[in-house]
Amino acid sequence: MRAANAIVKALELEGVEHIFGIPGGAIIEVYDALFDSEITHILTRHEQAAVHAADGYARASGKTGVAFATSGPGATNTVTGITNAYMDSSPIVVMTGQVPTALIGNDAFQEADITGITMPITKHNYLVTDANKLLETIKEAFTIASTGRPGPVLVDLPKDVTIADIEFDYPEKIELPGYKPKVFGHPRQIKRASELIMESERPVILAGGGIRLSNAQKELLRLAESIPAFVVTTLMGKGAIPETHPLCLGFVGMHGSKYANYALHESDLVIAVGCRFSDRTTGRVSDFAPYAKIIHIDIDPAEIGKNVRVDVPIVGDAKLVLKELVNHVKYKQRKEWEDKVNGWRKAYPLRYIKEKDKIKPQFVIEKVYELCPDAIVTTEVGQNQMWAAQYFKVKHPRQFISSGGLGTMGFGFPAAMGAQTAFPEKTVVDIAGDGSILMNIQELATCVDYSIPVKICVLNNAYLGMVRQWQEMFYNERYSATRLRYEGLSFEKIARGFGAVGMTVEKPNEVEDALKEAFEIDAPVLIDFWVEKLENVYPMVPPGAALNEVIDKEV
Amino acid sequence: MKHTIAVLVENKPGVLARVSSLFRRRGFNIESLAVGTTEREDISRMTIVVSGDEKTIEQVMKQLNKLIEVIKVSDLTYNSVERELALIKVNVTPEKRSEIIEIANIFRARIVDVSRESFIIEITGDEDKINAFIDLMRQYGIKELSRTGKISMARGRRTV
Repeated sequence: MRAANAIVKALELEGVEHIFGIPGGAIIEVYDALFDSEITHILTRHEQAAVHAADGYARASGKTGVAFATSGPGATNTVTGITNAYMDSSPIVVMTGQVPTALIGNDAFQEADITGITMPITKHNYLVTDANKLLETIKEAFTIASTGRPGPVLVDLPKDVTIADIEFDYPEKIELPGYKPKVFGHPRQIKRASELIMESERPVILAGGGIRLSNAQKELLRLAESIPAFVVTTLMGKGAIPETHPLCLGFVGMHGSKYANYALHESDLVIAVGCRFSDRTTGRVSDFAPYAKIIHIDIDPAEIGKNVRVDVPIVGDAKLVLKELVNHVKYKQRKEWEDKVNGWRKAYPLRYIKEKDKIKPQFVIEKVYELCPDAIVTTEVGQNQMWAAQYFKVKHPRQFISSGGLGTMGFGFPAAMGAQTAFPEKTVVDIAGDGSILMNIQELATCVDYSIPVKICVLNNAYLGMVRQWQEMFYNERYSATRLRYEGLSFEKIARGFGAVGMTVEKPNEVEDALKEAFEIDAPVLIDFWVEKLENVYPMVPPGAALNEVIDKEV
Repeated sequence: MKHTIAVLVENKPGVLARVSSLFRRRGFNIESLAVGTTEREDISRMTIVVSGDEKTIEQVMKQLNKLIEVIKVSDLTYNSVERELALIKVNVTPEKRSEIIEIANIFRARIVDVSRESFIIEITGDEDKINAFIDLMRQYGIKELSRTGKISMARGRRTV
C-alpha cells in the first residue's frame, strides 16, 4: 500500500474523525489519500490556528486532536500552537510534510528542521526516515500523546517516505522500554495522605488541569464532600468541581477571588491534585501556604518538588489515586474553618461597579453566563481571559478552554473552532479582546466555509488591556505601545467581509438582546462590545507578592 | 556538588541532541558527557557529570526520565569506579626526556607516541589523578590535550 494511504488508514484506526490543517508540496501525497477518506479535513487559514483548533478539540472532547501542515513555513507556523499544547498538557498529534530524505540537510526549498525546532516543545517527536517504521511511529505518537501526562507529538514525514510502498500492518501495541507512566498511587503514601487529612483542621484541595485530563471530576467531588474540604482550582483546573457547588471557591492566584486566595493561604493542609504550582497560581513561592503541609498528587514525577516543597508526594493518575484516597478518609466537621471561609466569601465577593451608560466587560460575561450557562467558553489571553474565568461559572472542566501556561493571544478563537467541531450542537463562545482577536481573525473564513457557528464576544477597550493595567499600576501610567487605534476599523465590517455575522454593541441595555440574537443564529457571529476602556481586573496579587497580599479595588 | 549520572538510552538518532537540549533548556550545567555503546547494541550509555544542589540533581534525573528514549537513570556519585582517559602531547627536550618518562611511570601512564620534540602520553584514572598529572606536565609545555568525559560503574553487585 502507498504509505500516504497507510497513514490515513492508520488515522482512521486511531478513531480520528477530524483533522485541521493546510496542504502543501511536501505533504500533498497524504492529502491525496485523505481525499478518499471518511475523515473530515478542516482547511484553516493559518497553521497556527490548525494546531490551536486541534488543541481546543482535544480539550473539549478528550480525544486526541490532529493537525497537518506542510514542510518549511507550514511546519514553523505550528510552533506556537505546539508550545501552547505542551504547556497545558494537551494531547495532539501534529503531522508535517518534509522534503525528501535525500534533500534533508541541503537547505532545500521549504526545508526546515522541524524535529530540531520542536524538540523542547513536544512530549516527543519523530522524523520518519524509513517507511517500514512509519506505522509503528504513528501508533507510538498516538499512544504517547494521550497517555501519562498528555502532550503534543510531532511526526515529520519526508515526501519520499509518503510515496513508498509498504505493507499495511498496523501494530496493536507498541513496546517503549523508556515509557511506563505510573498510574497507581503508592498505597503507603495514600495512607499517609489520609492521615494528614484526618489531622487537618483547615484542609483545602487545589485542583489543576490534571482533573480534566484524567476525567476525575466525580472522584474529586466525592473526596471534597467526604472530608469535607473547600476546593480552589488553578486556571486550568477551572470546573474541576461545579463552580456553583458550596465547597467550590473558584480559581486562585493572580486574579483569583480574595476568599479563594485567603483560604489557600490560611489552610493547614493543601491537597494538590494534577497541578504544577505555576507562579501565577502560587504567588511568591516562598510564602505559598505558609501554615500548610502539602500533599501533591500528579502523574508526572518531575512536577513533584519542582516548585514547592511537598510533604506527601503521590505519583499516579488523579482518578485512580482519588478513588483510593477517598476510601481512607472519614467525614469530620470543621465548623470554625467553614465559618471563617464562608465569612471571607461573604465579605469579599467578586464585584465591579455597574454603570448605566458604559458597558462593563464583566457585565458582558455575566450576561453570556445568564443566557447560556451550558456554553463551552474559550478565551484569548489577558483581561478578557481573567474576567471570563471570574464571572463565567462552569459545571465541568471541559467547558472552559483557555491558554494557561503559554498565555497565547490568538488561541481562543481557533480553539473555539475546534471545540465547536467536536460538539456541533453546543453553543461555543470565544471571549476575546480587541488585541488578541486580530491575531487569528483570518479563521472567520474557515468558520464561514465549514459553517462552524462560533460566537465571538470581543471586549473592545482599544487597548492591550492587561499590559495597560500593569502600566497603570506599576509604571506610572506610561502607556507604552498599548493603545490600539482604530480610525476606520470596524470589527463588524471585518466579520461581514468574511461572510460572518457582525454586530456592534455600544450600550449596556443592548448587550442582552445582541447576545440573544447571536445565540439564535446558526452561523459564526462576532459581536464587538465597546466596553469601558480603563476597567481593571481585580482582585490582583501583584507580581512577586504572596497570595494574602491580594489587592482589591475600593468599591 | 558534582554528581555522576549514568543514563541508558535507546540507540537512536537524535537521542544525544534531546539530552543536551534538555540540559540547556532547563539551565543544568554539564561538566562532562561521555557516550558509548553497551553490552546491547540497541542501548547506549551516557555518563553525565553535572553540578548542582540536591534539588537540581533530583530535577535533572526526573527530567531525563521523562524523555521517551531514556530507559534508565542512575546516580553513580557514590561507591563507584570512575575513569577518565586523557591524551597529552608534551614538549620533550633531551635533558627532560628521562624525567618525563619517570613521572609517567609513577602515574602508570603510557607513552604512545615518540618524536624528537614531543611525546603523546596516555593516562587513565579518576579525575584527580589526571589533573595532578596534567599539572606536572605543564612545566614541560603541553602542546595539546584531549580528555574523554568520565565513565563510571557501580562497585559490587549493583548494576545500572
